[in-house]
Amino acid sequence: MSKETNHIKAQERVAKEIPPKAEKNQEKKQKGFVPCLLIGISVIFFLIMLVFPLVEVIYRSLKDGFAAYKNAITASNTLSALQVTLIATLIAVAVNTLFGLCAAWLLTKFEFRGKQVLSTLIDIPFSISPVIAGLAYIMTFGRMGWATPLVEWLNDIFGTNISFVFSVPGVVLATIFVTFPFVSRELVPVMQAQGSAEEEAAAMMGAKGLTIFKRVTFPHIRWALLYGMILCCARAFGEFGAVYAVSKARGKTFTLPLEIDALYMAGSADSITQAFAVSSLLVLLAIIILVLKQVVEYRGKREQ
Amino acid sequence: MYVEMKHINKNFGDYEAAKDINFGVEQGKMIALLGPSGSGKTTILRMLAGLEQQDSGDVVIEGEVVNDIPPGERGIGFVFQNYALFRYMTVYENIAFGLRVQKQDKKKIHDRVMELVDLVGLNGMEKRYPDQLSGGQRQRVAFARALAPRPQLLLLDEPFAAIDAKVRKELREWLKKMIKKVGITSIFVTHDQEEAVEVADEIIIINEGKLEQKGTPVEIYKKPKTSFVAQFIGTSAVLDDFSGFKGFEDLPKNNQAIVRPEFVEAFKSDNEKFKSLIPAAETGEITKIAFRGSYLELTLSVNGILLKTNRSLERRPVSVGEQMCVLVYRVYILDEEDANIHKNKLLKGVDIEAL
Ligand SMILES: Nc1ncnc2c1ncn2[C@@H]1O[C@H](COP(=O)(O)OP(=O)(O)OP(=O)(O)O)[C@@H](O)[C@H]1O
Ligand SMILES: [Mg+2]
Repeated sequence: MSKETNHIKAQERVAKEIPPKAEKNQEKKQKGFVPCLLIGISVIFFLIMLVFPLVEVIYRSLKDGFAAYKNAITASNTLSALQVTLIATLIAVAVNTLFGLCAAWLLTKFEFRGKQVLSTLIDIPFSISPVIAGLAYIMTFGRMGWATPLVEWLNDIFGTNISFVFSVPGVVLATIFVTFPFVSRELVPVMQAQGSAEEEAAAMMGAKGLTIFKRVTFPHIRWALLYGMILCCARAFGEFGAVYAVSKARGKTFTLPLEIDALYMAGSADSITQAFAVSSLLVLLAIIILVLKQVVEYRGKREQ
Repeated sequence: MYVEMKHINKNFGDYEAAKDINFGVEQGKMIALLGPSGSGKTTILRMLAGLEQQDSGDVVIEGEVVNDIPPGERGIGFVFQNYALFRYMTVYENIAFGLRVQKQDKKKIHDRVMELVDLVGLNGMEKRYPDQLSGGQRQRVAFARALAPRPQLLLLDEPFAAIDAKVRKELREWLKKMIKKVGITSIFVTHDQEEAVEVADEIIIINEGKLEQKGTPVEIYKKPKTSFVAQFIGTSAVLDDFSGFKGFEDLPKNNQAIVRPEFVEAFKSDNEKFKSLIPAAETGEITKIAFRGSYLELTLSVNGILLKTNRSLERRPVSVGEQMCVLVYRVYILDEEDANIHKNKLLKGVDIEAL
C-alpha cells in the first residue's frame, strides 16, 4: 500500500516536471510586465513632478537672453542672498556635524535614562513645520523674548552687537534648527551595527578616547558622516519657512529662496524672469550636491 | 595567588549576573570558565578586564586591588568572542596597535610585530585585512594582537566558538601550545566541556552567576561537589530513584541519582572475565544500540530503569532484545546541594580498576 502511494507520488512528480517550461515562460512574462508598468509609472511621475518643472526653470531663466540672465545673477541683492545662504549653510553643516557626532556617540555607545526621549527630541525638526521654529526663535530672541536680556548682557560683555532676529545670526540659527537631525540620523544605524567591541579592544590596549575615535570609530563612519553632511547641506540651501520667519531685510539677510520669492512676488515680467535666473543658481547647487551624494554613496558601498 | 576575585557581586537591573564570586588563579596556569549559556562567564571575564564594573567586591592582580584602574592599565590582553579585529587595519596594523599606543619607537614595534607574526605562523599575510582571512587566521591575529604589549594575563572569551568543529580541535591544541610557550597566565571562557577538560589546568564551573566548583579536570569529573556539577559534567542520566538496585539497597530513598555510562558495565552471562561479579549484577535487556563512531552506546532496561553504557567495538557483537548482565559500579546521589558518591557494596574488596 505504501509502495503504491509512493508510486503515485512519483508519477505526480513526473507529471509536474513536464509543464514547468510553460510555467516558467508565464512567470517571465509576468516578471516582464510588472517592472515595465512600475518603470512607466515612475518615469511619468518624474517627468511631471521633476523634469518638466526643472526644464521650465532653465528655459524661463534664459528667455530674455544671456545678458539679462547675467544681470539677474550679478544683481547686488542676488549676490548678498548667495552669500547669506553659503554662510548659513557652512555654519549649519559645521555645527550639526559636531552635534550629530556627539549625539550619535551618546545614543549608541552609552546606556542612560531618557535615551529614548533624546532620540525622539532629535527628530523634532522632521516633524515640526519650519515656520513654527522660526516663530519660536522670534518669541525667544525678539524684543519681548525672555532670552533677549541675556543676549544683550553677553553683547555688553564682549562689546559685540549680535541679534538673533531679523539678522544673519538669526538665519544661521534657523538653518541649524531645521538641519540638525541629518548627521546623527545617518550615523546612528552605522554605529549601532558596529557595536563597541572594537572600541573595547582598543581600550584594552590602553588607547584613550580621542585615539579610539580617530583610529577605530572614524574609519567606520566616515562615509555615513559625509553623506549626512551632504543631506544637511542640501536642506540648508533650500530652507524657506524657518528663515522666512526670522529674516525681513532684502539685500541684507535674505537667502536665495527668499530672494527668489521676493522677485517672483514683485510680479513684473522682468522680475519673474530674474526669479527663474536666480532659481537656476539653486538648481546648480542642487546638482553639485547630487553628484557628490552619488560619489559618496558609491564609494561607501564599495568599501563595505 | 596571582589573580583573585574577592566576593564579587554584579547586578544588571534586578538580574543577578554574579553572586559572591570568589576564586584565585596561580601564575602560569591556564583556567577554563565553564558553564551553560547565560550563566555569567563573560560578565566575570569583563569584570576582570575592567570593561564592566562590579557592584561590590575586589579584583586583585599581583596583590594589588585594581578596581579603579582602567582596562588599558591592568596589563591584560583580551581575545574577544568574535575577535573584534580592527576592520580597517591590516594584520600588521592590528598587531602593532597596542605598541603604537604606547608610543614605542618604530624599529622596536616592527621587530615585535614580526616576532608575533612568526609565532602565530602568519608570515606573508601582514598586509591583509581581516576580511581577507579565514576564521582560524583571524583568531591567530586576535591572539597576536592581545599578546603584543606583553600582558601579564590573557583573557579569552569563547576563543573557538566561531570556528567549525574540525578546525577547532586543531586550533585549541595550537593555542594551548602557544600559551605554554609564552608562559602567560590565562583564563578562557567556554561552554564546551570537552574543550575545558582538554585545554585547562583547572576548571571553574559557573551556574546562574554562582561559582559551583573549582578544580582540576579530574577532580571535577571524579568528585563533583554540587548536584549541578554532577549533572553538567559528562553524559549523565538523572534517575529519580535508584534505591533497591542490587548493591545499592540501603541508599536514601527518593533522592535523585546520576549514573554515567562509565559507571555501568554490561556483559553476557557466559563472560569468563566477569563471572565472579555476576552476584552483584542485575539482568537487563538491550533496548537500543547507537553507533558512536569508535564505540557503541547501549541502552539497557533494568527493572524499568534505563541505563546507558559504552561498548568497545572489539567486544562480541550484541543485538537489541538480548539479555545482559548489568553491573553498576557507583552512582552519585544528589540531595539539595551536594553530590555524594555511593559504591556498589557487593563489590567490596574487588579491584575494579584491574578489570
Ligand atoms: N549589559 C547587560 N545588561 C543586562 N543584562 C546583561 C548584560 N550583560 C549580560 N547580561 C545578562 O547577564 C547574564 C549573564 O550574561 P553573560 O554574557 O555573562 O553570560 P555567558 O555565561 O557569557 O553566556 P554565553 O555562554 O551565552 O556567552 C545573562 O542573563 C545576560 O542576559
Ligand atoms: Mg558569553
